[in-house]
Amino acid sequence: MGAYLLRRLLIAVPSLIGISIVLFTVLALAPGDPFEELATNPNIPAEVRANLRTQFGLDDPVPVRYTRWLTSMVKGDWGFSFASRIDVDKLILQRLPVTLFVIGSSQILALLIAIPVGVFAATRPYSIFDQVANTLAFVGFSLPTFFTGLLFILLFSINLGWFPFVYRADISETGWRWWWEHFRQSIMPIMVLGLFQGAAWTRYVRSAVLDVIRLDYVTTARSKGLAERTVIIKHALRNALIPVVTLVALQMPAIFGGAIVTEQIFRVPGIGSLLISAILANDTPVIMAVTFVFACLVIAFNLIADILYGWLDPRIAYR
Amino acid sequence: MNEHDLRELIADVKRGQVSRREFIRTLVGLGLTVPMAGHLLMHAGVAQAQPAFVYKPTKRGGGGLLKMLWWQGPTLLNPHFAVGTKDQDGSRVFYEPLASWDPQGNLVAVLAEVIPTLQNGGLSPDGKSVTWRIKKGVTFHDGKPLTADDLVFNCEYAQDPATAAVTIGTYKDVKCEKIDSHTVKVVFNKPTPFWADPFVGNRGMIIPKHLFDAYRGGKSRDAPQNLAPVGTGPYKFVDFKPGDMVRGAINPNYHMANKPYFDAIEMKGGGDAVSAARAVIQTGEFDFAWNMQVEDEILKRLEAGGKGRVLIAPGGGLEHIQIANADPWNEVEGERASIKSRHATLTEKPVRDALNLLLDRQSIQDHIYGRTGVVTANFLNEPPKFKSTNTKWEFSVDKANQVLESAGWKRGGDGVREKGGKKLKYVFQTSTNAPRQKAQAIYKQACQKAGIDLELKSVAASVYFSSDVGNPDTYTKFFSDIQMYNTTMTQPDPELFMNQFCSWEVASKANKWQGRNITRWVNNDYDVAYRAAESELDPVKRAVHFIRMNDLLIENRVVIPVSNRPTVSACSTKLNMVLSGWDNNTWALQDWYREA
Repeated sequence: MGAYLLRRLLIAVPSLIGISIVLFTVLALAPGDPFEELATNPNIPAEVRANLRTQFGLDDPVPVRYTRWLTSMVKGDWGFSFASRIDVDKLILQRLPVTLFVIGSSQILALLIAIPVGVFAATRPYSIFDQVANTLAFVGFSLPTFFTGLLFILLFSINLGWFPFVYRADISETGWRWWWEHFRQSIMPIMVLGLFQGAAWTRYVRSAVLDVIRLDYVTTARSKGLAERTVIIKHALRNALIPVVTLVALQMPAIFGGAIVTEQIFRVPGIGSLLISAILANDTPVIMAVTFVFACLVIAFNLIADILYGWLDPRIAYR
Repeated sequence: MNEHDLRELIADVKRGQVSRREFIRTLVGLGLTVPMAGHLLMHAGVAQAQPAFVYKPTKRGGGGLLKMLWWQGPTLLNPHFAVGTKDQDGSRVFYEPLASWDPQGNLVAVLAEVIPTLQNGGLSPDGKSVTWRIKKGVTFHDGKPLTADDLVFNCEYAQDPATAAVTIGTYKDVKCEKIDSHTVKVVFNKPTPFWADPFVGNRGMIIPKHLFDAYRGGKSRDAPQNLAPVGTGPYKFVDFKPGDMVRGAINPNYHMANKPYFDAIEMKGGGDAVSAARAVIQTGEFDFAWNMQVEDEILKRLEAGGKGRVLIAPGGGLEHIQIANADPWNEVEGERASIKSRHATLTEKPVRDALNLLLDRQSIQDHIYGRTGVVTANFLNEPPKFKSTNTKWEFSVDKANQVLESAGWKRGGDGVREKGGKKLKYVFQTSTNAPRQKAQAIYKQACQKAGIDLELKSVAASVYFSSDVGNPDTYTKFFSDIQMYNTTMTQPDPELFMNQFCSWEVASKANKWQGRNITRWVNNDYDVAYRAAESELDPVKRAVHFIRMNDLLIENRVVIPVSNRPTVSACSTKLNMVLSGWDNNTWALQDWYREA
């Protein structure tokens, strides 16, 4: 197991380097300049821009810039944002808690929907409940989050006026008011992300449970006289969850991607909206850092999925 | 008065035959309320002038929280590094200049005791220096007093090329001398009619010497105050998250009596313009939103709810069409659109006259810009004292056809006019942006009727407005026959704005297309008028020079103005405030208050 982990981590290093090279080259070749606004403003002499470019090392050839970025990254220096001249790691740390909160709660919500609904539907296949759940699940995962987001805003904020659609990380109220305000503003982004994931997972849970529920050992458990409830939860569900857990882990990075759009719509100040504003401002160090964090997440969750799989199903060996 | 009469009357106001005030007086006489009458005009698309501002609160504070929305949030809060309006607006909450520009383009004293004039001895008769006296008793948020040393420091800080301040253009050719603890003399190296640039408006905010002294030049990035400003403004700094949120709390020692009104302010960033408009005008979640780049149709629909309104502040920004003078299709000495070449057909006056007649400005106004644009015949539109009355515009396909016909341009088999084997076929480029594509289509249709074929091209804004030397599609290269974009006027003085047509500003390969004369139009009369304006100290004579320059541009069809674009913002109906097209959105934040 230890050797396997080590080998996987070692393989991850060249893939990360490869990813960073591709990212860096694409960013360097893309049109745009972080000091664009300086160039179009007649009040600012061209020398200021030239000065800043040399000061920030933008005029060096791409390989030189890449090596410089890589060496400082290895040393733990993420560089600083061209737009706000603040260190990138600080910028990301400012935004990370909000993203984790929104994504974490939406995933919990998704599981809370997917598992009971999936199991219930699988135990009564083709019943009315199953049909309705299936239809809703299809609707749920065919609608992209940017669409449901706008729909929610239109319905709950504009027509009904229940929730605010601008997310404010700093809320001045204290005590229970603070919790209430937080709940009100986060409910829509969490629902949008959670329902989308929940819909997809409901289908997986249902089919996994269906696969297991017909197996002989479940029949044995029933014939022993165990209550249906115990049979389903202790015997069937446990085994059915093995593929589901892997899937949840593998889908984590995709959720971060979906969150970028949702964050932009609801003005949630997470790393997704940071990435979008950095792209708009051609703020290369920030774009690099955020996309690199995403790349690391993909690799890490892949590894976690593989390990979890083996841990849940002892028949799988690590070689 | 029946409906027909009413519509006639509104049309008269639109044409300018009846003044807004007369209209309202008539309707009030008929028993309507003033807001109702104003509403009628608003719906008819008549721009609403900002009412005269009166500050009503009688004590400082007590106004609660002011929530503002910038759909691109400030990313830094040092005014000397603030490039975009978002950063300048954010800095202006905490820092102040000596004087600000009001909506009419006049100076208003902020930290200065009085505005310098010739009469009070502030301005020297030779135009080479200006003496500013600072208000006494003004303190920074940390309690230290504001003195002449701070002004001298700001000048030196910005001048140092190693600081790479964006305000360097304002300060590099001036010298600041301290006269006494509260008086500073700004000395120019030549007679300068536009003396109100250093220490004024969005480029004149003053940072404290005692906190920034250790961070001059190359060390400027390390100053902790870049992210935690300490200024003299109406609100004190509380918290800043770049791109997301700026928070401030009332400054109890603010130097203006009874101001500010709000106890705390929030400036939230992110999102997009349309949803920002919704949050202010439709749901009332926020009190103010910046830069409403939203179609007027949508704004009007949102306003119907009555929670918010649109604020329009006149400015000099101009959406305009440029006609090429150089040949964009063939290289001369290895350079396309070289100043040494001449465009094959567009240099003929009749063709330019026809193109000018074919732009249906009224339709563009009615269908695209609405209240967010003003039809104009001039390149220089604001402030009013610089606006030429010698020009007019007309849309007439028939006249365009006549002009071309009599100049010998005959229609070919495909309906496109030609002469001597040269066809009137042009590429018309602009940036990708829905209103611009609509305007392109309106122009193409009209041109088609006159036998001119336009090929429409749109370039992604990030490429078109970039200064990428390697890309052929940037607006400064202008490698097409006709192009359209919005040119902005950042100061109420037109000197900088009008240098876009000077012969020494021609964009070329040699200056990496950074010259500002993009049309490559060169005219000696224009150059002479510009040079004269540069050193003319009499404001009236100077205005005459600028009007002459504008008329030369219009007579020679160098550009075809499309629409004068004011700045458009949204605010809650209860919020009282004044916006200026010549200064930051937050220039008068100390005056904002909410009506009960």
